[in-house]
Amino acid sequence: MGEFKVHRVRFFDYMPSGIRALAFNRDIERIAVARMDGSVEVFHCSDRFFQEKIIPGREQCGIEGLSWVGERLFSAGLNGGITEYDLTNQKVKYTVDAYGGPIWTIAGNQQGTHLAVGCEDGTVKLFEVNEDKIQFERNLDRQKSRIISLSWHPSGSKIAAGMMDMIQIFNVETGHSVHRLLADRGVGTSRSKECVVWSVVYLSDGTIISGDSVGMVKLWDDQTGTLIKSHNVTKCDVLALSVSQNEDSLVAGTSEGTVVQFQFISMVLGKDDKEWVRTRTFKNHTHDIRAVAEITTAVVSGGMDAQLVVRPLLDKVEVRSAASALRKIHFPHRRLVSCARKSGLMLFQYPGHLELWRLGESEGKGEDDIHLFVKRNPEKLLHLKVKGEDHIRCSAVSPCGEWIVYSTASSLRLYRLHCDNNNVSITKVLQISTELSANQLCFSSDSSHLFSASTQSSVHLVSLSQSGCKFVGTLKPKSGERTIGIRESSKIIPASEDGKWLASANSDHEVHIYNLQTRKAHCTVPVYSSAVTAMGIHPTTNCLFMMYADQQMCEYSIEQKQYTDWSRMVQRKGLHRFWMERDTPCLNVMFNPQHPSHVILHDTYMLCIIDQSLPLPDDKTQFYNQLTLKSLPEEQRKSHSHAFKVCKTFKDILCVELMSDQSLVVVERPLEDVASQLPAPIKQKKFAT
Amino acid sequence: MVEESDVRVVRFGGSKINLRPPIISTDSRFVLCTSGDSVKVYSTRTEEWLHSLQGHTNQVTGIALNPANHLQVYSCSADGTVKLWDFIDGILIKTFIIGYPLFAIYVSEKHEGIVFLHIAMDTDSKKEGFQLVAVHLPKSAEQEVEAKELSAVSSHISPNPSCTAFGREGQYIAFARNLQLNVYFFRKQKTYSFSLKATDKKGAKNAFTCIACHPTDDCIATGHEDGKIRLWRNFIHKKEYTYSTQHWHHNAVNTLCFTPEGTNLLSGGIESVLVQWQYGTGNRKEFLPRLGGSILHVSASSDGQLFCTSHSDNKITVIESSFKVCGVIQGLVKGDAVLTDLMIDPRSKALVLNGKPGHLQFYSLLRDKHLYNLDIVQQEYIYEAGLDQFEVVKAAFDIKGYWLATVEERGQKSADLEFFLKLWSYDERTQSFVLNTTITAAHTDRIISMCFSSSEETTMLVTIAEDGQFKAWCQGVDADTKQDQNFWSCDFVGSYHNLKPTNCSFSADSSLLAVSFQEVITIWSPDTWELLTTLCQPPGVIRDLCFGRLSCSKYLISTTTRNLLCCWNLLTCALEWSTSVEVSKLQSDPLSENVAAFSYQSKHTDLFVFKPNEPRPLFTHKNVCSEKIHRAVFVPREEPLNNCDESSQWLNRSQLYFLTQNMDLLTFSTATEEDRMLSSSTRLVIDDSVAVTPFYLLLGKHRQQQQKLNTPSHQAADRPQQPQGSVTITELLHTPAHVLPPASVLCSMFVSSLLISNTGVLQDPLRKEMESSEQEMNSEKEEEDSEGEMEACDSQQELRVQGSVDEVTPKLSKAQERELKRVRKTDFSWMAGLIASKP
Repeated sequence: MGEFKVHRVRFFDYMPSGIRALAFNRDIERIAVARMDGSVEVFHCSDRFFQEKIIPGREQCGIEGLSWVGERLFSAGLNGGITEYDLTNQKVKYTVDAYGGPIWTIAGNQQGTHLAVGCEDGTVKLFEVNEDKIQFERNLDRQKSRIISLSWHPSGSKIAAGMMDMIQIFNVETGHSVHRLLADRGVGTSRSKECVVWSVVYLSDGTIISGDSVGMVKLWDDQTGTLIKSHNVTKCDVLALSVSQNEDSLVAGTSEGTVVQFQFISMVLGKDDKEWVRTRTFKNHTHDIRAVAEITTAVVSGGMDAQLVVRPLLDKVEVRSAASALRKIHFPHRRLVSCARKSGLMLFQYPGHLELWRLGESEGKGEDDIHLFVKRNPEKLLHLKVKGEDHIRCSAVSPCGEWIVYSTASSLRLYRLHCDNNNVSITKVLQISTELSANQLCFSSDSSHLFSASTQSSVHLVSLSQSGCKFVGTLKPKSGERTIGIRESSKIIPASEDGKWLASANSDHEVHIYNLQTRKAHCTVPVYSSAVTAMGIHPTTNCLFMMYADQQMCEYSIEQKQYTDWSRMVQRKGLHRFWMERDTPCLNVMFNPQHPSHVILHDTYMLCIIDQSLPLPDDKTQFYNQLTLKSLPEEQRKSHSHAFKVCKTFKDILCVELMSDQSLVVVERPLEDVASQLPAPIKQKKFAT
Repeated sequence: MVEESDVRVVRFGGSKINLRPPIISTDSRFVLCTSGDSVKVYSTRTEEWLHSLQGHTNQVTGIALNPANHLQVYSCSADGTVKLWDFIDGILIKTFIIGYPLFAIYVSEKHEGIVFLHIAMDTDSKKEGFQLVAVHLPKSAEQEVEAKELSAVSSHISPNPSCTAFGREGQYIAFARNLQLNVYFFRKQKTYSFSLKATDKKGAKNAFTCIACHPTDDCIATGHEDGKIRLWRNFIHKKEYTYSTQHWHHNAVNTLCFTPEGTNLLSGGIESVLVQWQYGTGNRKEFLPRLGGSILHVSASSDGQLFCTSHSDNKITVIESSFKVCGVIQGLVKGDAVLTDLMIDPRSKALVLNGKPGHLQFYSLLRDKHLYNLDIVQQEYIYEAGLDQFEVVKAAFDIKGYWLATVEERGQKSADLEFFLKLWSYDERTQSFVLNTTITAAHTDRIISMCFSSSEETTMLVTIAEDGQFKAWCQGVDADTKQDQNFWSCDFVGSYHNLKPTNCSFSADSSLLAVSFQEVITIWSPDTWELLTTLCQPPGVIRDLCFGRLSCSKYLISTTTRNLLCCWNLLTCALEWSTSVEVSKLQSDPLSENVAAFSYQSKHTDLFVFKPNEPRPLFTHKNVCSEKIHRAVFVPREEPLNNCDESSQWLNRSQLYFLTQNMDLLTFSTATEEDRMLSSSTRLVIDDSVAVTPFYLLLGKHRQQQQKLNTPSHQAADRPQQPQGSVTITELLHTPAHVLPPASVLCSMFVSSLLISNTGVLQDPLRKEMESSEQEMNSEKEEEDSEGEMEACDSQQELRVQGSVDEVTPKLSKAQERELKRVRKTDFSWMAGLIASKP
């Protein structure tokens, strides 16, 4: 496996932002997640919850609600605007002001014709969804207090609105209030506090379910406007509710960090009179749960602790597999760190700024073989604040360490770094406006070119030199059979070491390979059902190595335009069960120039080296065999070893990069550090404390 | 176990009443519980023991109300029979012979004529394999029926009977074992099973501990080892079943019970807190804390008005549905170990031993009732594991029961031992023991044993301790204090070659004190404290010492650790005889010459009863139990038996009780005793054709006791004859006031009891006459009962006339008095009729 000097980096203070809203689209099996910092992410539910799209937020732009209308995604926030997103190009399409003060909630009807928003001034505003825009239609009866939550009756004829101390039912036709349901305040000291109806759900049989700040989940009848049943779920608030497609299960997220499930069960077996019964409780969060969504086979919840938890409902899972395991998503499925391989610099991307660090140095050998003495501490060279209100979408530092580039939704900025001894200065070299804003940035290995992945699967080339920078051209995929239809924007672009090849993948799962010398598209890799999470071009053989979200791997020979023999063998023999059961995608593919047969991969929990010269493991062989191998004598090791060497020394890995001096940089962000920076959770009495 | 003799080991008195859940009768008037070899019936209102259903020959392992007749109860026993009883009258209706040891019984309304029983798996009984079988009870008129129709419902069920429960309307039965819950539907004949993981990441222990089914909904509540309660629903689906989890108990849930309406779920565990969960509303719950020992079972009455919890300290608590304790039925408290010997309080004839921590309990074996606890330590006991607290380790009574000596100890495990010797005197006024003297440093090391001198005049206590000394304590007048208070002080300190003493004993007339020092027995004269002689028979350290009684008082018996039983003749100071037997406990009967020796050999205990004057055992009982026995006591009988059979003669005067290591109190019963018991119960049957009312109970019992008095076995010469009325007085004083008849009715009875009866030569023929007339009476009375109230009214008037006559007569002859009583007996049945006829 070989030995590496490892820079174990823990000074990247990345803080994931808390989750504010979730919206699930059953038709396309995507779940949209809105975070506190205004960013919106889209996860593919049937592709192992791979984070397909990230739309960065802006300063001062809190999102309060998300709603799908067909395949269009809308959000509304406290700035009073309704935003539609351009999901193909991963950016904001437009924002419409609702003129009702801060918007607390947004809900689209099932027919896909209207959007309703609840505003601070007490109005429920209906917007008609047109083909390209939304159009304000009318207000429903104005109420005295703000509208906190909304839910459409599946037929689209009624709306239930949760407010302070009450729930109003509106007839959408007339716009008048039909019923007013009064929610009780809490007892004791909380009697003086208003009861906030945080969430309502309107079922097709006319039952309205509400979750409020008293900690009750209440069931109401909309015909008579009476309370049917109330369940005391928590001492704190019930913040979110979500009902399953067939309305037999309901989940409630509380500020204690628990998700409580209710099921619609017949009390006497075999009879039809069903009741809502509280059944299970899931506790996977430490902080408030701000949003829950019951998707087909799982409950997805997110909250202040910034993790997205996918808890499978085993009674609905057909086959138990790795895809249906409990999943916690802490970090984005893309890289936030880029390394200058030759000069030992690292660029950390925060939402509003960039940090450039120089790696420390060590003194050859340490006292034991595990830890080395640090001769020079790592040093922060640069703190670059972003211009404007937009957050950074992507960034990169060139391998030589001379160039820094970042892109926001509106612009792309290139800086040149001057480093003489301890004086660091930068000069802005290039600023390109909107149309060139990049989804992914990459430098060629000799730092002579910058590649910027952009809309419509195109890649822009910028040549860099001491004298200046020049936009050279655009690489576009072969315009053959797919001229019509919107192309997804490119995402991952590795360039080959010799500067001849460039590959780009988009979220349609297409991978295009370009010849940089002719600046023409070379070929397209056969489309696979799962998304590409990482890829790399081998420096000597020029094979493209791809990792997919479902943990499969492929090697594609660019020159021969076909899969390599090794890749075919992997497909034929299949991968080991343990490899397939990992729940985070591989985020980087690297090659070790000293061992051409080695491929270095990493995900959040492990670092792996695949030795392509060794046999593949089958399901019977021991997968994590390092310890066994160590105990064996030298001769026998050969026969027991297999291609996968997994290192689990590092945890919560954000990035692994192989530097040109054969040292590895491992950037970790321990979850304990993240948890310690979160605000204090609700204090709960624990037994025996 | 085939025995040629008719002496059997039985559980009688002081048995566990918490083995199985108690049952409340449908009218909420009685609580039934298993107790050793019998089923006991208690009143829920007065907590009094009414009677017991006797007839099983082994441990009763389950009771269940007959769903077809709520006045009947099924009981099953390890003797392989199911018996059907009328529990109000205590009549055995039927016996069904199953043929296998039974461990639990379940019935359901839907399955009429079928009982479900736990039996051990045929193949290997060691692996605790149990199976649930349905037994069809044949309908036949005979008293004893053999039930042959067994069909297995499920094998491999949990040995814990609370892990099985019937579901709604008996449609299904749910049973859990370890980590698997099974639900068997009778109609579909299909089993659904659900399993849990042994542990999860958070360290939960998921093994099932108990089950309860909701009476109207299809919901199963299960308790788990880590204190969780799960409510299972939708369990006809393999995958879509669901459960909700509640967690309050911090340790295993011992019991679960739904109230009959299904609105509440009751649960209990080691916390001794009864928790009431409101069904369907999640977390709302009520608590009833501080119930005593940990809760083992909970049951609810069929109208939901009363709950019953049974506790690990052998107690049943009756609780109203408003969560108020309304009654406590206390059995013999059994802690982890009994440190004191089993003793008999000479006054109350109660068994005395460790009870609650720091207390001595007084338990009446005759009435099978816990009398009271005497707080010895007088310090707060802290219920926390690992604390070193004072415990009563030794206790002794003097022969008249005026003095009680106790030793309490702390620091048994650590080096710094603390102990107190306390002397308690009996206070006539408060009818209890009062602390007289506390001696803080009686010895420099632990007290091994102590005994009171048995003489009538002076009371002396001898203690021996590990510091090599024995001390004699006398009651002396202390100069500093007042004259009328006598405190105890040390009278003599003796030792023998610095050897460690092992035991001490006074002879029956207190003229000799024997103290054993290792291998040597020293005989002292307590009057002069002169060492009279030493006896030695090596090898082996002396373990037990005991003097012979009555005609054998010249003998001293000793046992050694090297399996030697020696009998010394004190007149010749020589070894009379010795035999090699490993004796774990030597106990002499205070009322006869007999000495009982428990011997532990090859993993079972044998009993030998012998007289010291001959080395041949009088009685041998092999394989009494499989454990070593260290505690035993002879309990004097209230009235001696007259067995002629040689093997059971030794049980005539007193009964031998012994305590096994798992705290079972066992005794020996003879065939005649059982016969008598059975016959008394059948006689009861004839008498009890009238409805049972508190009046009746009072008077009926009164009559029974009279009958006992009248039996020829009663030997008046033995003890000073008690005044006739004392029974009445005790009856009066022991019966709760609200069930007593009006004072005017009792008055004549009371007055007559105070009159001195003249016992004459005429007594015997009279008595015979009496008996015959009484029998006639009984038959007459039956006819009377059926006839109605008119006659009853007449007889009442008759009584008034007679009563007034009685009052005038200053002295009554025995015969007259009996006549009077007989009249009185007859005429209270009308009252019962009155009460019964009242709407």
